[in-house]
This record gives sequence, C-alpha cells and structure tokens, in this order.
Amino acid sequence: MEWTNTIVQGVLTGGLYAMFAAGLSLIFGVMRLVNIAHGDFIVLAAYLALVVTETLGLDPLVSLVIVIPLMAAIGYALQRGLLNRTLGDDLLPPLLVTFGLSVIIQNGLLELFTADSRRLQAGALEVASFEVARGVSIGVLPLLQFVAAVAVIGALQALFYRTAFGRAFRATSDDPAVARLVGLDNAHVFGLAMALSLAVVALAGVLLAVRANFDPAIGPARLIFGFEAVIIGGLGNLWGTLAGGIVLGVAQAIGAKLDPGWQLLAGHLAFLLVLAVKPEGLFPRIRA
Amino acid sequence: MPDPAGDALLDVRALDARYGDFQALFDVSISVGRREVVAIIGANGAGKSTLLKCVAGLMPARRDAIVFDGAPIGDLPAHRIVARGIALVPEGRRLFPSLSVEENLLIGGQLGRPGFWTLARIYELFPALAVRARLPSTALSGGEQQMAALGRALMANPTLLLCDEISLGLAPIVIRDIYARLPAIVAQGTSLVIVEQDIAQALAAAARVYCLQEGRVAFAGAARDATREAVAAAYFGT
Amino acid sequence: MSVPPFQVRFFDRGGEIALAGVAALVVALACAPWWAGRDQLYLLEEIFAYVALASLWNLLAGYAGLVSVGQQAYVGLGAYALFGLAILADVPPLWAIAGAGVIGAIAAVPVAALVFRLRGHYFAIGTWVVAEVFRLLASQISALGGGSGTSLPAGIVIAIAPTRTMREFVIYWIALALVAAIIGLILLLLRSRYGLALTAIRDNELAARSNGVDVARVKFVVYVFTACGTALVGALIFLQKLRISPDAAFSVNDWTAFVIFITVIGGIGRIEGPIVGTIVFFALRQALADRGALYLLMLGAVAIVVMLKAPKGIWGVVVDRLGWQIFPLRRRVVYPSRPDTSAGSRK
Repeated sequence: MEWTNTIVQGVLTGGLYAMFAAGLSLIFGVMRLVNIAHGDFIVLAAYLALVVTETLGLDPLVSLVIVIPLMAAIGYALQRGLLNRTLGDDLLPPLLVTFGLSVIIQNGLLELFTADSRRLQAGALEVASFEVARGVSIGVLPLLQFVAAVAVIGALQALFYRTAFGRAFRATSDDPAVARLVGLDNAHVFGLAMALSLAVVALAGVLLAVRANFDPAIGPARLIFGFEAVIIGGLGNLWGTLAGGIVLGVAQAIGAKLDPGWQLLAGHLAFLLVLAVKPEGLFPRIRA
Repeated sequence: MPDPAGDALLDVRALDARYGDFQALFDVSISVGRREVVAIIGANGAGKSTLLKCVAGLMPARRDAIVFDGAPIGDLPAHRIVARGIALVPEGRRLFPSLSVEENLLIGGQLGRPGFWTLARIYELFPALAVRARLPSTALSGGEQQMAALGRALMANPTLLLCDEISLGLAPIVIRDIYARLPAIVAQGTSLVIVEQDIAQALAAAARVYCLQEGRVAFAGAARDATREAVAAAYFGT
Repeated sequence: MSVPPFQVRFFDRGGEIALAGVAALVVALACAPWWAGRDQLYLLEEIFAYVALASLWNLLAGYAGLVSVGQQAYVGLGAYALFGLAILADVPPLWAIAGAGVIGAIAAVPVAALVFRLRGHYFAIGTWVVAEVFRLLASQISALGGGSGTSLPAGIVIAIAPTRTMREFVIYWIALALVAAIIGLILLLLRSRYGLALTAIRDNELAARSNGVDVARVKFVVYVFTACGTALVGALIFLQKLRISPDAAFSVNDWTAFVIFITVIGGIGRIEGPIVGTIVFFALRQALADRGALYLLMLGAVAIVVMLKAPKGIWGVVVDRLGWQIFPLRRRVVYPSRPDTSAGSRK
C-alpha cells in the first residue's frame, strides 16, 4: 500500500512537470527556440502571484485571473521586442540571450525579494485530501494540478489541430517564408506563441507556489524537469510529454522513498536511461 | 511595349534587385492589365523568380518601383501585400507538410478576403483535391500538389495571381490539365503572371510576353509577335 | 596548368610584433611573485583560471559548435578528483592535479556518448543535467563531506610546499603554466588539420561532412580535450581555495554563466576573445565591487546587448575594423616566385 501511495503521488506530481514541459515544447515546436529562462519565468509567475495576493488580498487561485494575462502580455512583448531578433539558423544567439534572461530574472528577483523561501497560502485546500482506497489518500491540490495539466494539454492539442489559430502556428513552424504568402505575420505569430507559452507557465507557476516553497533560485531545476519530461516522452507529442512527466514524477517518488537524498538523482537517472536506450523518447511523433 | 500606365493593374518601374553583392535585376519595367495573362520567360538565373518575389514582397524594393492598382507597394512586407490582393504560387509548390490538403486550402483563405473563391469552388475547379481533402499534403502527386498550391493562393481571392514555374517537374499531360483551368480563373476577374520555362505553354496561355535575360527585359510584346527567332534572340542574348 | 610552388604562412608583420609583446607579457607574469603582493597573486590566478575556462569553452562552442551549459560538471569533477586522490588515495597533491585531468578526460567519454544523442538547444540542457547529476553524486560522498563539503587537511597542504610563501608561488606558477599550455595547445590544435576541420565545421557542418571531415570524431576529440582541460583548471582552483563543497564546485553561475558571458562579450570563435572578455569582466567587477546580484544582472544584460548588437564580441569588432590578430591563425597562401600581394588575402 505504501508503494501504491508513492506511485500515486509520483503520477500527480508528474502532471505538474508535464505542465512545465508543455510551454517549453510549444515554443520549440513553433519556432525551434528553447527558452533557457523558462523555469525562471515559472518562478516569476509565482512571485507575481505573491504580489497580487498580498496587495489585493486575493486567493492564489483567483489571482490567476490577473497573473495569466499579465504573463501572456510579457511573453508577447518579450518575443517581439527581443527574442524575434535572435531567431535564425545559428542556435547561439537565442540560447545566450535566454540564458542571459535567466540570470537577469533570478538576480532581479533576488534583489527585490531576497533569497527567503516563500509560499502561497491556499487555505484549507492545501491540506484537504480524501482516501481512495485503504492507505492511499490523494491530496485535493495535487489532484487539481494533475487535472489542470491534463486539461491544459488537451486544450493545447485542440487548439493546434482543430482551430485556425493552430493552423497558423503549424504553418509558420513548417515554413515561415511561405506562411507570409498566405498573409501571416511571422513576428506576430511568434509573439502569440510565446504569449501562450507564458500563459501556461503562469498557471504552472501559481500551482507550484501553492504546493511548495519557492525562492528566486529554483527556476533552473524546473526547466530541467520540463526538459526531461519532453525528452522522456518524445519530441513533438504533447500527450507523450504528459507520459514523460508522469515517468519522471514516479521515478522521483520511488527514489525519495528509498532515500530522501535520492529524489532528484532518481529522476535524472531515469532520464539518462531513456536517453541511452531510446533517445527518441517513449512516444515520439514522426515529424513530416 | 507597356500599356499606358494609368490603366494597368500592376506597374513595375525600373526595378533593381540584389542578393547581397549580386545584382539580379537591372531597371526592369513590366506592366499587367486587368483580366490579362502575361508570361515571363527566360533562361535559368535570368531573374524571373526574383521579379515575382519582389512583387510579392518577399524581397525588398523601392517604394514606387511597384505600383498596384494605383498605389505604390514596393516597400510593403509580404503579408500585407496578400491583403492588397496579390497572391504568389511559389516555385516548387511548397505546401505546408504539417497540414492536410484541406487545411492548406483553408489557411490560404485565412485573411478572409471576400470574393468568388471558396473552399467549395476550389473543389469544383480541382475535383482531385476534394477526394484527397483529409490526406496530409505530402501524400499528393506532383500535379495534385500544384493544384493545391494554386488553390491555396486562390483562396486569398487575389486580383493578381503570380505563378512561379507551375509546370516544373510535371508530365506534359498534367501540365496541359492545369493550364486548361487557368481561363476559368481569369474569367472570375483575376490577372495572371506566368513565369515559365515551358515556352510553348506560356505563349499559348498569355496575351503578352516579356523575356528576361540576365536581369534585363530583352523582349516585350504580344505573344503572337514572339516568333521563334525573336524569342531565341532575347533568351540567349544574341 | 601546374600550380607554382606555394607556402602557407601564418604571420604578417603586425602579427610578429604582437606575438613578441605576448612573449614579453608571459615573462613579466612569470616574475610576478617578486613584484606582486599576495592579493594581486590571487587576482592573477583567478584571471588565469577564467581565461583558461573561457578559452576552452570557446573551443567547444565557438569552434566545434557544441554549446554546453554544463562545463561546471568538469570543474567540479576535477576538484573532487583532486580532493579524493589527495585525501583518500594519498596521492601527492601536485600529482593529483594531473590525475584530475585524466579522470576528467575518462569521464567525458561516456558522457559524450549520451549527450551527443541530443542536438542544439537540447544538447545544451542535457549537459546541464549531467552537471546536476555529478553535483548530486558528489553530495552523496560522505568521505568528502557529503552535502557540506570538506577542507584540505593540513598535512596535505604542507605537502605542496614547505612554507606558505613557497606554496603560493608554486600554485601561481602552475596556474600560469596551465593557462599558457591550454592556450598554446588550442593554438596548435587550430593550426593543425584538426583546426581546419573545426573551422569548416563551424562555418558549415553539412559542407564539411560532404568534404570528408569526420565531424563526429572531431567533435568527440574536442569534447574530451575540453573536459580534461576544464578538470585540470577546476582541480587547481580548489587546491588554491583549500576547501570544497558540491554547490561551490558545481556552481552554474561561477563556472558557466561567467565563462559564457566572458566569451560572448570578448568575442566567440576567436582566440583573443576570451582574454579580452576576462579583462572586461574583472574591470567591471572592480568597478561594481560588492553588489553581488546586481553585478550578475548587469553582466547578463551586457551579454544580451553584445549578442544582439555586436555578435562577434569586442575582439570581433576590433578585427573587423582594424584587422588585428595577436595569435597567428589566419592562413595566407604565398607564392615565393611572385611578389607578395598579401593585401587582398585576408580571410
């Protein structure tokens, strides 16, 4: 029963990791850009929510109404103002610029908020849980996060494959030059993609902040979890990313059960194992 | 032998174009009237595709070098030029591989410009596409891809359609099939500019023809005046 | 039509002068223990360490196109190898430095096998993951202090040299020798056929491959060489500090962020770049003194601006405007039977 509990917790955490990964995967799919500052944006969202809840007295989950549009706007401005200039064949400029952004965000947050650990208070929701079977209980919050992750991924899939919006993303990703010939403004499309990515990041950041302590330095680790989920699951497949997140979450949970100091290591080793044995991931999509 | 400037739909005036240090077009002037079919022929590297790219906004040009429907558009970016009513069928088809056939057509119309061409009407023009609507665009034959590329451009309801080497790599019977549909397109009010290596087909379809040679206009005249000797002289610069 | 006899020369007049200047500088630096105070010696060692790390990263990313954000893995590995060899295996500390280099090179082999399966940005993050794994493993080694680290025992410190002054001189000279050797080796590598291959890869990998360059092998060799060099520098850095901990040894900020910013600001893909960048870095540090987070923030912002406005870095701009080169790398084909028309052969 203990192990079942462990695995269930791992699965639920995996949902959060999948959400970290979804934004990353989206951006890479549309414009071949990997945002090294991705994890730091997750933390930025958490701090934004902190400011909103403290100044307006809102419940953290309600603060999403402000934080999500705000982060989306930041994403659009960032892409059009800065990141669009780094796109091209050379991978060094976007990598270096987003790396620089990562350093700037971390240290900016450090200056503004100090290195103290913070947490968002969600009240009763934090400790609420219910028993599904003997000895196996599920926290309401972790379940909420998992459901949110599934909903986000489902929504993104629907967006990409069933809407005109998604068509525009896929076309621009395929061939930016020809996309212009059907009237698509590449700079605008990329801006929207980044806005969408940071909107997802905002949700992930707030959910993270309610669940665990956060400080300016935890960004890179979130980036790595998202990245590992993408690689384990397989590139180009959002549902695969969900699976990848779950595998990672479960690996970490098992590792933690064996020895608390092994939690992160177990996750990394699972990732390296997949990389060694099945580098294209568990559910790769064959890209045209 | 250009049309009087005031009447033309498209007026290209003294256009220069460069790729870095290499100049591809020198002082090129052409014009296209309303509901007219104009052919542009020339050897490889003569500058035909470059000319189309400039008109379509994919390459930079002087603002007043390209005048469309009375307005100078030379410096507009490509996505705005589509909104004005010029659509390009690019060389090599270049359908979007991640999209199905139908999605390729739909995205052609994503600007929502009003006009005769709808998805249903494109399927009437090219029935083969209707059958394969849900397939990935990569599953089509060369001829079908060309039809899809044409359809995608038509979905933008252009007043001027630019066709870059639509016969490239296709069997003669397929080429004839596609060219047979062009009159239906012109009949709906769209002018055509056809860039071709297949001279016979181009001259049969067009009213007027320009021949480019090493970036300059070497011949301009009615298609019926383009005798074999005149074309050869212009083509090869003898 | 036969080709007249030709030579490939690296020098031109200006280059010979500059190289003489460099030689004089090295001699002056070697004499530093006599004209510099203890703090200045430490500062010089830090500068040497960063020049070395940046030069190695430059080779990896600027020439071989392997953009790694995980080189801190080898800094830490080298440091832990040194402490491990000295404390647990009783290896004399100066020999342990060499041992650390060997261990770094050996570890790089399986790591390369794994991370080379990733491309571009994903390769970069993969290297970061590897560094994290190393860090976590290091915190599990209780014999070396686990998560909080350990200090070098007095007995081993004495084994470096009998007196404190001698110790500082010895470590300084090793640091100088190491950075000179690393730059020298990089120079030799780039002048060799490997170097031509690397430049070809840097300019156009596909074209290089179709011309017969074994791209995978060249990248692998460069990766292992860089790992070895980085481990050596890491070992020396922590020998000087006399103390080690996982967070310090595997710090992303200290060993990757700074190094990358230095290289980008100084000029990627040129040997002089990392040196120029290090000077700027330390000048900025002196100017901004103790403002920790603000300093890093500024550095990040400067790096972004440089990347967007002057992607070739400061040295790149100098080369473009003035045509200087200090280290002779540009190949010129000279025909002895004809007058030397070198003006048009800058490449």
